[in-house]
Amino acid sequence: MWSFYFNELMRSLPFFLKGLWMTVAVAGLSLIAATIIGFILGIVRASKNKILRSIIGAWVDLIRGTPFLVQVFIVFFILPSAGIELEAFPAAVIALSNMGASFICEIVASGILAVPQGQREAATASGLSSFQQLRFIVLPQAMRSIIPPLVGQYVLIIKDSSVVSAIGVVDVTRVGWLTVQRIPEGLMVFGLVGILYFAICYPLINLSNYMERRMTVTATRL
Amino acid sequence: MLEDFNFRVILEYMPLYLQCFLATLWLSALSLVGAILVGIIACAMRLSQSKTLSRTAGVYIESIRSTPLLVQLYFFYFGLPSLGVMVPEWVTGVFALTLNSGAYYAEIIRAGIQGIAFGQIEAGIASGLNYFQRMRYIILPQALGMTIRPMLGQAIVLVKDSSLLSLISIMELTRAGQLLTSNRFMPTEGFLTTAAFYLILYYLLKTFSRWSGKRLIFMEAH
Repeated sequence: MWSFYFNELMRSLPFFLKGLWMTVAVAGLSLIAATIIGFILGIVRASKNKILRSIIGAWVDLIRGTPFLVQVFIVFFILPSAGIELEAFPAAVIALSNMGASFICEIVASGILAVPQGQREAATASGLSSFQQLRFIVLPQAMRSIIPPLVGQYVLIIKDSSVVSAIGVVDVTRVGWLTVQRIPEGLMVFGLVGILYFAICYPLINLSNYMERRMTVTATRL
Repeated sequence: MLEDFNFRVILEYMPLYLQCFLATLWLSALSLVGAILVGIIACAMRLSQSKTLSRTAGVYIESIRSTPLLVQLYFFYFGLPSLGVMVPEWVTGVFALTLNSGAYYAEIIRAGIQGIAFGQIEAGIASGLNYFQRMRYIILPQALGMTIRPMLGQAIVLVKDSSLLSLISIMELTRAGQLLTSNRFMPTEGFLTTAAFYLILYYLLKTFSRWSGKRLIFMEAH
């Protein structure tokens, strides 16, 4: 029986690859959007404007304090009652990039604040405008403490993208859920789904660890 | 969207919400205790001299961290019955949450222990402290001081992750929102109330985390 199910599963492999492609599409789009929005919010959050800073802080708290599943439901079910009808796919991307952006914002802000104040003062003394300071002095140094947790955050976004299967996005988790109705071997079906996620996330986690080690070494050497 | 926000329905469903709030609380608390125990054991195995034990713990930690919780949850939910293990849904849910957070706790505890300089332990031995005294007066206070905040951070993640249990039809906070949506077609009221309850837990844990950062007992390390 077991080998019969295994053959069945192998026959539906293309279906899983299609699902994996959907996972990559949802996570990839959200990852790009989250990085862009997260950097902008993070730069504002590390700035001197108190009002903007606390608005962003409050928003980040709201997102951090609620489960991603609830956020997905809010975007998918509540926005339509405000007149914004969304398909499952854009709803998933919006929810995921919003969540990612608020986490990346905190990473970027703490990276910027970790750059010693003297660097900014020296830049001001050299006559650089505040944009030039950010572009040539602060951000390049902040990147060292931003990049390792940023890659870690990407792993979280990819893993959290599995939750959007709950609103019917046919990603690889949803494919597993559909397949297990037909092939009642949960360990085998979700073992396969797990392997597919592992193949993406494990190298990224190692990359993050490797960069963390390398960047601290260069920092102490300086 | 908010002008016809129906507070009466929320009031009507309040007993259900409170019941579900308690369910989320005890499901999370149970998983938290389990996860810390699993974390301590996995960490001890990871740091042990035996290669087999260390590798086993390594495989466990890496495979948990590289796959989404939802896939792990489905793995056990659909997989355990095909192994002939018939348990109620909530047992499967707590089991998956425990194993998931356990891997993260193992890493947090490991960072705490490895963060203590070896010279401290040697100094303890040289001062004539026995193993128990070294643990009580040197290692644990410092390890606790360094790990209390990441531990509370993981507790916040765990509470939020428990929302995924609604997808295997366990009655908890997110499930209450889903019920309000499907019974009364009121997703706005349903999910915003759910989110509010999660925010209560989030702010409680966050305040505790801040407070512990200021307390002397946790600060002995720094």
